[in-house]
Amino acid sequence: MIWNNNMECADRQQMHEIQSRRLTAMIQRIYDHVPFYRNKLKEVGIEPGDIRSVDQLKNLPFTTKSDLRDNYPFGLFTVPQSEVVRIHASSGTTGKPTVVGYTQQDLETWAEVVARSLTMAGIHSGDTIQIAYGYGPFTGGLGLHYGAEKVGATVIPISTGNTKKQLQFMTDFGATVLACTPSYAAHLGESILKEGIDPDRIKLHTGVFGAEPWTNEMRKEIEQLLRIKAFDIYGLSEVIGPGVSMECECQCGNHVHEDHFIPEIIHPETLEVLPDGELGELVFTPVSKVAMPLLRYRTRDLTRLHREKCDCGRTLVRMEKCLGRTDDMLIIRGVNVFPSQIESVLMEMSETTPHYQLIIRRENNLDTLEVLVEIDEKNWSDSIRELEGIRNRIDHNIKSTLGISAKVRLVEPHSIERSEGKAKRVIDHRLLH
Amino acid sequence: MHIKQLSVFLEDRSGRLTELTRILAENDINITALSVAETADYGIVRMVVGRPELAKKVLEEAGFSIGLTDVVCVNIPDKPGSLYRILEILTAEKINVDYMYAFSNNDVALAVIRAADIVQMSGVLEKNNQQLLSQADIYQL
Repeated sequence: MIWNNNMECADRQQMHEIQSRRLTAMIQRIYDHVPFYRNKLKEVGIEPGDIRSVDQLKNLPFTTKSDLRDNYPFGLFTVPQSEVVRIHASSGTTGKPTVVGYTQQDLETWAEVVARSLTMAGIHSGDTIQIAYGYGPFTGGLGLHYGAEKVGATVIPISTGNTKKQLQFMTDFGATVLACTPSYAAHLGESILKEGIDPDRIKLHTGVFGAEPWTNEMRKEIEQLLRIKAFDIYGLSEVIGPGVSMECECQCGNHVHEDHFIPEIIHPETLEVLPDGELGELVFTPVSKVAMPLLRYRTRDLTRLHREKCDCGRTLVRMEKCLGRTDDMLIIRGVNVFPSQIESVLMEMSETTPHYQLIIRRENNLDTLEVLVEIDEKNWSDSIRELEGIRNRIDHNIKSTLGISAKVRLVEPHSIERSEGKAKRVIDHRLLH
Repeated sequence: MHIKQLSVFLEDRSGRLTELTRILAENDINITALSVAETADYGIVRMVVGRPELAKKVLEEAGFSIGLTDVVCVNIPDKPGSLYRILEILTAEKINVDYMYAFSNNDVALAVIRAADIVQMSGVLEKNNQQLLSQADIYQL
C-alpha cells in the first residue's frame, strides 16, 4: 500500500522539479525573515534570485546544532509567534535544549510523512496502534500520534513507562501495532513472558521502532519475542521529528520523503558532497517547512544513500541504517546524551572534580548508564552520610539536566585513566555495530 | 583533648585494604584501632595509629586519598556499663555522636568517638572525669 503515489513514485525528473521549486521558495523565505540566514548567504555572495535549482544546493552554507543553540530559542523562525502553533524541544549539548517550531501547515506536513511511513509498514485504519513513545516536548509521541490519526488507525496514546499498564492496554484493547524504542519493545516482549501472558491474547502484527540505533540481531529478537514484523522509522526534531524516512516491506534501507527533506551525504571534514553509495555525514534541507526551515542541516549521523528504484515501487531515495556518529553524542534509552553535559553538571558542583567516566551497558534489553566520579582528593568528607549526600546530589542534577537517571559511583582520585589527548570519557559496552 | 584519626576512601576493588595495610607494615606503623564503614560501592576505613602524619604521608605517596579527622579517644574500665556511662553523659548534654568504634585489650578499653563539635565533647567528658588519651598516649600503646 502506498499513501501518496504521486510523490512516493514520482520519476526523478518530477522530483527534481519539486525540490528545485521548493528550494527557491525556501531560500527567499529565510533570506527575508531570518537575519542569521540573510547574513550567512550574504557572506557567500548569494541572493535568493541566484538559486533556481536543487543542483545548486551544494554551493549553499551549512547549519549546525550550535547554530540552533546560538539562535535559541526562536531566532530561526520565519514567522511571527502568532503563526507558531507548536513548540518541541530536545536535549542540547550544554543545558540549552534544541528548540523547533511548527505552523499549522508544518503539522500537516508532519502528519503526512508519518502517514506515508505507517502505510509503508502496512498500517491502515483497521489497526489499533499503541504509541509508547514519550508524549511531551520530545517529538516522538505526538509525531506518531497525528500521523496515525491521519491514517485512521485507533490510537492508544499511552506514552512511555508503566509496563504493567502497557500490557494491560495491549491485551484488553487488542493493539495490533506497537510504536516505541526498539529496546523498550524488547523489554515489553520479555515482560510478556515473565508475566506469563498467553501469547494468543496479544494481537500485535507490526512494530514501528526508532529514536535509537538498533541492529538486525535486535530486530530478529524483537520479531521473535512479539511475533511481529518490525520496521525502522528515522527522524530528528531539527528536520521535523519521526517520519523523515522509513523502511518499506523490502527492508533494504529507509525511504526518505525527499520532496520535503532533501538529503545529501558530505565528507565530514572536507564538506564536499559525496556520490550515492559512499559513506559520509547525512545532511538535510527541509524545504517545505514554514516556521523553521533549515539550510543543509548537518545531522552528524554517518550513512549512505541509494537511488535505484525499490521493489516496493517507490522511487524515493533510500538511506542505510546509520552506522555511527561524527561527534560524541550517545543515545541512551532513546534520549540524546552528550558527555559534555555530565561535565558541566560536575563543574557546577563544588564537591566534585570534573574527572568522570560514562559506562553504558545493555541489561535486560534496556540501556543503563553508570557515571563514575572521582572524589576530590583535597576536600572530601569521611562521613558516609555526606558522601552519600554528594552522590545523591550528583544523581539528581544529572537526572534533571539529562532527563534520564544514571547510577552514580564515587571512585578514588586518579583511578580514571588520564590521557594525553581526548580523555576516554565513554565506555560503551553495547555492541551495536 | 583529642587525637587525629586517619580516614581512607577505598573503592570496592579487591586488594585495596590489603595494599593499605602493607604500606603501613612496611613503614613500621602500628594500628591501634580500625573500623570500616561500607556502602555498596565504596568503604571508608577509619584508623587510629601512633604516627598519623607519617601514615598520611606514606599512604598518599602510594596513591590513597587520606583525610585526618579530629576524634576523642576515651579510656574506660573494661567492665559492663562503661560505654553506657559515656553515652549517658553525651546525651545529657545533647551531643550527637556521628560515629564511634571501641575495643578492649588487657583491661584497657578504648572508645573512639566522633562528633561535630570535638572541643565541646572533649570538654564535657573531661568535666565528667573521663580519661581522654592524647596522641602521645596512643603512641605508647
